[in-house]
Amino acid sequence: MNWVNAIVQGILLGGLYALFACGLSLLFGVVRVVNLAHGDFAVLAAYLALVVITTTHVPALLTFVIVAPLFALFGYGVQRLIIQKSLEVSPLTTLLVTFGLSVVIQNLLLVAASADSHSFDLGSLISASLRVSPELSIGYVPLMIFVTAVVVLVSLQLFLSRTSIGRAIRASADDQEASSIAGVNTRHVFGIAAAIAFATVALAGLALGSSSSFDPSAGPSRLIFAFEAVIIGGVGSLWGTLVGGIILGVAQAVGAQIDPSGGVLAGHLVFLAVLALRPQGLIRARLAI
Amino acid sequence: MIAAVRVTRSRRSALWGLIGAAVVVALLATLPYVVYADVTDLLVNAFILLVLASMWNLLAGYCGLISVGQQAYIGVGAYTVLLLAQTGINPYLAIPFAVVVAGAIAVPVSFLVFRLRAEYFAIGTWVVAEVFFLILIRFRSLGGGTGTSLPGLALIDPVFRQALTYWSALVVAAAALLATYLLLSSRMGLDLTAIRDNEVAARSAGVRVTWAKRVVYVVSAAGCGAGGALLIISQLNVLASAIFSVGWSAKMIFVALIGGVGSIEGPIVGTAIFTVIQQTLAQSGAWYLILLGSLAVAVAMFLPKGIWGLVSSRFHLQVFPVGYWLHR
Amino acid sequence: MLEVRNLTVRHGYLQALTEVSLKVAPGETLAIIGANGAGKSTLLRSIIGLHQPTAGAIVLDGRDITPLPPHARVREGIALVPEGRRLFPSLSVEENLLVGQTSRRSGPWSVRAIYELFSWMGDRRHERTVHLSGGEQQAVAIGRALMANPTVLLLDELSLGLAPTMVRRIYGVFPELVKKGMAILLVEQDVAQALRIADRFQCLLEGRTTLEGKPADTTTAKIEAAYFGLAGRAGPGSAA
Repeated sequence: MNWVNAIVQGILLGGLYALFACGLSLLFGVVRVVNLAHGDFAVLAAYLALVVITTTHVPALLTFVIVAPLFALFGYGVQRLIIQKSLEVSPLTTLLVTFGLSVVIQNLLLVAASADSHSFDLGSLISASLRVSPELSIGYVPLMIFVTAVVVLVSLQLFLSRTSIGRAIRASADDQEASSIAGVNTRHVFGIAAAIAFATVALAGLALGSSSSFDPSAGPSRLIFAFEAVIIGGVGSLWGTLVGGIILGVAQAVGAQIDPSGGVLAGHLVFLAVLALRPQGLIRARLAI
Repeated sequence: MIAAVRVTRSRRSALWGLIGAAVVVALLATLPYVVYADVTDLLVNAFILLVLASMWNLLAGYCGLISVGQQAYIGVGAYTVLLLAQTGINPYLAIPFAVVVAGAIAVPVSFLVFRLRAEYFAIGTWVVAEVFFLILIRFRSLGGGTGTSLPGLALIDPVFRQALTYWSALVVAAAALLATYLLLSSRMGLDLTAIRDNEVAARSAGVRVTWAKRVVYVVSAAGCGAGGALLIISQLNVLASAIFSVGWSAKMIFVALIGGVGSIEGPIVGTAIFTVIQQTLAQSGAWYLILLGSLAVAVAMFLPKGIWGLVSSRFHLQVFPVGYWLHR
Repeated sequence: MLEVRNLTVRHGYLQALTEVSLKVAPGETLAIIGANGAGKSTLLRSIIGLHQPTAGAIVLDGRDITPLPPHARVREGIALVPEGRRLFPSLSVEENLLVGQTSRRSGPWSVRAIYELFSWMGDRRHERTVHLSGGEQQAVAIGRALMANPTVLLLDELSLGLAPTMVRRIYGVFPELVKKGMAILLVEQDVAQALRIADRFQCLLEGRTTLEGKPADTTTAKIEAAYFGLAGRAGPGSAA
């Protein structure tokens, strides 16, 4: 029984989950939309990266330079053309629309790429690890993903608190009407927020492709983990997504130590426990994101 | 002086509609004597879908609760029938038990999922379904992850069994629609319509909103339990990953959306349209789902009241009289 | 110069405004008075673009701005201090002001100028607005609108929820604004206060203008009649 190893792996896994969760949390915090196709967009990004790798021979780890900006643009378009219009019908229409998109994306990928699973070829990096002690070794890839998650969260925090666009985003998230009469083009600002959210989704997809295999149907489980991380950590807090991700990761890793097939269930049970006992999550929310 | 008005429950067209519905049910009951089993099998699937979509529609159209996890109760219903059949009870007689068990389980679950705000409620229900799935596959006696067959029906003549299944499905579908109609035309139905139109206003007018939502959640779960029971009976076996699949939610949502959310007639229209699409395109596999998904997105954005909504507002039609009419 | 021409606005089935017209020139203060539900807030919200009219037009310095969304109208030079202040709760005082600068119009108003106008604000600029008193919040809301360097300033129910001394203090800064050539259009429940500060006034009842004029040239009786709709009309209390 290597508990320490399990916990450390769980913490690192939390980084991946936080990466998935922050886009979901950002989009909900600002635009008030829960994107049920969140996981599927990440998988789409992973496939897109595969295409980039095979056509341009860019190394897998650098594909984000191309994929993330593309997804940011894509996200801006999705927000202004689809989500904005759905919000005007009724606030819950976005759930139905994104659910429909989820089905469409999964099946488009199935048609385009078949049901086979893929992963990125990272060469020797996949198994390379840092030997911390005789019982504990930390894989380079999970570590890089964790560091990426922290960097993304810090950058996001700085962007929101220090830049004028970040300020406009927070203002629009607080009170859209007051923001528009203060001179903010709130539709454009929501588009920017969505663009950022989609960029993080792309990074999450790339992290997924780097750390495990994926196939067209891998999206929904990612959505669920992202959502659980958000709720455990606390809706309305960016750092909460990291805390939530870590707790979920550790729960899954420890659960898997107890019963090899019980990891995911353990995570779900911890989520339900938090929901039952402390539904506002672990980190107290700031008022907006 | 204000002119005198009469407030009545129905118009003549609605009365004819009800009579017509009763006639339709009677006619449908005679089908096993008239057509081959593949037609009645198709109708069994359609009836199951109708029940599921109506249940989803109750939640979404009248409570504003979008659930993506009703498959949890489909699975509960199916496995209840399996359990009882394994102890020797006739599966057809187990259907009512499936309804009750599904409804009973929904009560404590409702306390959990209602803690989530509307937008996150959807994924919450999905997680619950996943949890049910993950717990159930641990029981090897129920088939575990590889599925198992339903005992107790092997000795019945196949033709008669298919007819029995068909009649069961017809009864369940009619009962589900009748129950929905009774619920919506009752006092609670008025509360629900108020909630649908403006929850805050309803609450301040004294409507017990959470209680009403809980009742609808439980009824919806019970109905899905019935659907699950019918599924295992018509398929003669159950596979956990299939019965707990979110694909059921996808189908329910498509049917309810396309037909029209927020009316009893909507799911009927939606089931008919969906069945036609399914029959003509099912062999195209993924393309058929892409079409369905795109259609759902388009309808949600541009035709939020669905096809029935379009028809009923154009021609002022209503088959099930759940509203009130004002006459001068 | 702000002109509203025959503005008609619907809220669902309710006609909130019917053919309302007005003009405000630079340096002028016009007060809109009227009972609750008369349409005063709707008028200001329509001018800033939160409601689209079914008929009529809004013209600023000769340009028809009716088709423009709110943020574009702010760029043209109108700013609204909304009813209830509507400050951003997760932003500090200074951040609230800075958001007002989004339209990047040039003019005399900057963060420094606002801190001069409201001398206490500079010291508390990093505080969250929820910790401020009602009067202080109102000052920040006015500051946020001024940061857009508008030529026309709209103010909706400044005095709501504020103590009378605070109200007088807030209105005390108006001469400063008027000196800089701003046109001011204000909606005010407190009729006495409105008439004290305004050059002209306009009374609304059920979405229509019932009286216009200068405070000095009018009697209380006339205003009351226009406010409650008594003169020459059968009111709701009389037999039909």
